Order: sequence, then structure tokens, then C-alpha cells
Amino acid sequence: MNHLKSWNHSLIQGFLILFLGLSCAGVQAGEEVKLDKAPVDTSNLPSLQRGAQHFMNYCMNCHSAHLARFDLLEQLGLSEKQVTQNLILTDAKVADYMTVVLKAKDAQNWFGVPPPDLTVEARVHGADWMYTYLRSFYRDDQRPSGWNNRVFPNVAMPHVLWALQGQQALQRQGGQEALVLTQKGSLSPQEYDQFVGDLVNFLVFMSEPTRSARLHLGLWVMGFLLILFLVARALKREFWKDIH
Amino acid sequence: MVSQVMGWIDERFPLTKVWREHLAEYYAPKNFNFWYYFGSLALLVLVMQIVTGIFLTMNYKPDARFAFASVEYIMRDVNFGWLIRYMHSTGASMFFVVVYLHMMRGILYGSYRKPRELLWIIGMAIYLCLMGEAFFGYLLPWGQMSYWGAQVIVSLVDAISPEVALWIRGDYVISDATLNRFFAFHVIALPLVLLVLVFLHIVALHQVGSNNPDGIEIKNHKDPVSHIPLDGIPFHPYYTVKDIVGVSGYFIAYFGIIFFLPEMGGYFLEENNFIPADPLKTPPHIAPLWYFTPFYAILRAVPQKQLGIAAMGLAVLIFFLLPWLDRGVVKSVRYRGTLYKSALTAFVLSFLVLGYLGTLEPTIWYVNPLARVCAGIYFGFFLLMPIYSRLDKTKPVPERVTS
Repeated sequence: MNHLKSWNHSLIQGFLILFLGLSCAGVQAGEEVKLDKAPVDTSNLPSLQRGAQHFMNYCMNCHSAHLARFDLLEQLGLSEKQVTQNLILTDAKVADYMTVVLKAKDAQNWFGVPPPDLTVEARVHGADWMYTYLRSFYRDDQRPSGWNNRVFPNVAMPHVLWALQGQQALQRQGGQEALVLTQKGSLSPQEYDQFVGDLVNFLVFMSEPTRSARLHLGLWVMGFLLILFLVARALKREFWKDIH
Repeated sequence: MVSQVMGWIDERFPLTKVWREHLAEYYAPKNFNFWYYFGSLALLVLVMQIVTGIFLTMNYKPDARFAFASVEYIMRDVNFGWLIRYMHSTGASMFFVVVYLHMMRGILYGSYRKPRELLWIIGMAIYLCLMGEAFFGYLLPWGQMSYWGAQVIVSLVDAISPEVALWIRGDYVISDATLNRFFAFHVIALPLVLLVLVFLHIVALHQVGSNNPDGIEIKNHKDPVSHIPLDGIPFHPYYTVKDIVGVSGYFIAYFGIIFFLPEMGGYFLEENNFIPADPLKTPPHIAPLWYFTPFYAILRAVPQKQLGIAAMGLAVLIFFLLPWLDRGVVKSVRYRGTLYKSALTAFVLSFLVLGYLGTLEPTIWYVNPLARVCAGIYFGFFLLMPIYSRLDKTKPVPERVTS
């Protein structure tokens, strides 16, 4: 039944895309969980600073970000001293890459798969996916970790943030499955959403630290090109006046 | 002083002669329209790919252990490395956009017809070379799609001759050895061939002269005294000035993508290519980049693998025969009849739909059946052309170009 529904869904989706001539790579046939919009704003430095803090405290014990250096964090309006004292939890230097001591082989034994490096992970799944994923863990006794996820079924990662969010359960309500908070965490649902939002914002920043510079410079380039286009068109018209 | 220097040079190198013959006194039809921007744009894109490519090779490492990280190093630690990389990755896709539009122009106005058959054939050779260049280049970032895309394409060779596939890879799987040789092909072998072919393409063009939207020869009506074509205007300054407008317009689109949509929704930079290549983990869905998907869809639509490969190869190579398949009495679509116009419309639609289907997973029920229908239309356009282009009720062609 479920299978038929997703089949129908993908059929309608396929034709809509085909006939409108529109397409979006984010739309995948058969994807069932609706993704929530992540509050991404890589020019919001306070949000990025909070996100960096969350990342160091909760993610970087297992996940590395080994394509980026700690001095990346200085781009968030922090001094080298602030970064060294507050965000580097090991004896690493700011110019070091963000590696973890967890060995891939150990991780393989403990979780079944080694935790992926997160440097560019936001570009693999997209911010909305990560934002929804980190808010979609629920209790599942069938899983070795005791946790499952609606967005990423049978995921190997346990719910690292459970003490903040609390515990959710997957319940059926009027024919639809929904996540229900069964045990409160230390953060309210709104606070937890913001926590994850900041974290995802940081992951987006880390996946492309030049994103803000790109968007900013882009406006100037577009402005220049627009003027160039108008001047070039005027020049062409002047030269072509006598051609008929 | 200047004339003395020019005289000194001209005695030793035909500088003034080349300038006159190819720019200042190269007479192009005065009625070029929008479609005629894409030839000069293709040349510009080629130059930009070479220049950005040179800067990328300064920091890229063609080593399976470091390739992926070196690309991220360029994106992060090299000054404006991100811009150079996006210019190169976006330029690759835009090269195909420009070349496809350039080829479409040729088809619309019959630019492949006599006496421009060789011009068309050299152009097709450039297109083949470009496909190779794109294929080899796509392995270099060493992401999952780089790796598995190359694996899929080389497996096609494997299906025909395992020995040749082994020789191409230099290993039993895509590996460091493959990356090294693909790097060599991408940065030196094919660019050299491309440059030579582009040079030949321009020599051939200037031998026969440019076609135009009316598909008639401007050389048939020359000024009796000066022998200049009456409908021709010097390429410089008229078309150099006009092409600046084209370049500005192109740059707005190109840099708009670079600055605001560098992944182009996964079509220019695929999401899965941000995962490092893993020979032990096959992605559930492997799709080539958009410019290969029409041919990929044809490959998948044929149930038998070797036949599929043959169909895919034919789909590309059949363009070479266009000058001899077309038996119409007029060149330009402007003076063709309903029959030809319908065939061309069906062909363009089938090409676009095939391109879209090639990005989808083949397990979706309509993908392969619809691709078969489109492939039928695609090949029908070429194979039936000798018949319908002759039966087509054409309109009378004007003597002189229309504005």
C-alpha cells in the first residue's frame, strides 16, 4: 500500500516535472518525509558561533572535519585566543585540520559504519535534510542503538542530542505516522529547533566557507556586467547605424 | 614609426594579411541573429577553461589519496580558488550549452550543407573531443560520482573488449593509475587536439564563408568593382562589437550561476560528488552529468548491453552524416515546409526528453519505455531525412538576404 502510494506519488511528480519543464535535484522519487526548511543564514555570525560551539561539543567526538582547519572559526568573528580557549577541546593548534582520534576501524566495530567526515556533508544532503534529520530521531527497541530516524531509516548513529531534545516515539495518528515527544529534554522544542538550526547553519558555512563572500561579490559582479551589457549594446547600435 | 614596425614584421610574417583576411576584410553576412553568438562564445569558453584549468593544476593533486582533499584545499585555502574552481566547473557545463546551441544553429540554417561539409565534420570532431575532455575531467575531483561514472563508462568498453578496458584503466578497477592517465589526457592531450581542431574549424569557415539565417550564399552577389559581397560586412568592427554584447549577456548567465547557483541544483556539481570516491560502496543511482544524459538514456533503453552501446555510439556519430542525409532543396528552416519543421521539432523534443530521462533512475516505470519512443524519433529524424527532406514542400528562397 505504502509502496503503491509512493509509486503514484513519483508518477505524478515525474509528469509534473516533465511537463512544466522544471526540475529539482532535491526532489527524489519516493521520498516520503517532508523536509523542513532550515534557517540558513551564513552572514548571521552569532548563529554560526553557537553552531560551531555545538559542533565541537557534540559532533566532533566521532565525526571529523578534516578538510577544514580550526582557523576557519576565526572567520566567525572570533580571535585566535577565543578559538583556542573555547572551541579547541584538544591540544590542537589553530592551523591544524579538524581531525578526531576515533579510529575508523573501531568505529566500524562499534557502529557498523565509520562516522562520515562532516566538512562538506551539508553539500551532500542539503541543509533542509540535515535540519529535519537531526530532529527526527525516535526510540526504536529493534535497533542496536535503541534509536531510529524517520529521515534516514535504520541509521547507525544513535541520537547524540537526546538529552537536549528528549525522547520521541513514532506514533500513528489518524492514518499518518508522526513523531511525539514522550519524555522532555533539557531544551524546549523551540529551543531545540534553534539549536539544530544553528548547528546546520554552521555545517553549511563549513561546507563552503566562502559562501557569504561569493554571494556578496556576486552582486557587484552582476551590477558591473549589467552596465557592461548596456554600454556594449549602445556601442553596437552606434557602429551598426549605417547597416540596413 | 608604427608603419615602419608593421613593415618590418610584414616582411617576415603576414600580420597585416592575416588581420585583413580574417577580421577587417573577412565579409560576414549582415543578417546574423541571436544564434550566431555561440560560435565566438565557444571560443571564449575554451580559452577560459584553459586559463582556469592552468590555475587549478597549480594546486590540484592527481593522486587518489589527495585528489579530493586538494579540490577542497583549492576551495578553502587558495586565494580566490573557489572562484577559479566554480568558473571551471560551471564553464564545463556552459561549454556544452554553448556548443549544443551552436550545433542547433547549424541544423536550423543548414550550415552543414555544401560547401560546408568539412566545416561541419571538423566541428563534430571538436564535439567528440569535448566529450572526451569532459569525461576525463570529471574523474579528477575523485568524488563518488567521478569514480562510479568513470566505472560505468569504462564498463561499456569492458563489455566489448575487457583487454582494452584494462588498458584504459591501467588496473582492474578505476584506481590511482586511472586518475593519473585521465589527468594527463585532460590537461594536455585533449586540449592540444581541441586547439588544433578549433584552428582548422576557423580555417575551413574562412575558406567557405559564413552561412546565414536565410541559408543563401552572399558570394553570389558581389559588387562588380570591389568584388565585395553586397550583403557582407567586415567582421571587424561590426561583429567584434556585436559579439561584445553577446559576451556580456553570456557572462551575466555564467557568473550568475557561479555566484548564486554554483551547483545548479545538482546538474553542474552533483551532490554525491562531495563524498570522496569509495571503491567499495556503489551509489544506488549513478547518473552522468546532464550533457551526456540523452545518450545515456538511449544506452539504458536498449535491453541488450552491446546493442545499447552501439545505439549510443550511433546516436553521437550519426551527426557526421547530416550533410549527406539532407536532400532538401533549401538550407534554412525559414524556407522549409511543414514536414521538415515537424521532424525537427520532434527531434529537439526527443533530445530534451531523453536528456531528462537520463537523469532519472531507470527503475521508474516510464523511463525506459518513454526513452525507447524518443530514441525511435531521434534516429527517425536522421534515417528518414533523405525521404522527408525531399518530399518537403519548400518556400521560394530570396536572392538576397532578408534583414
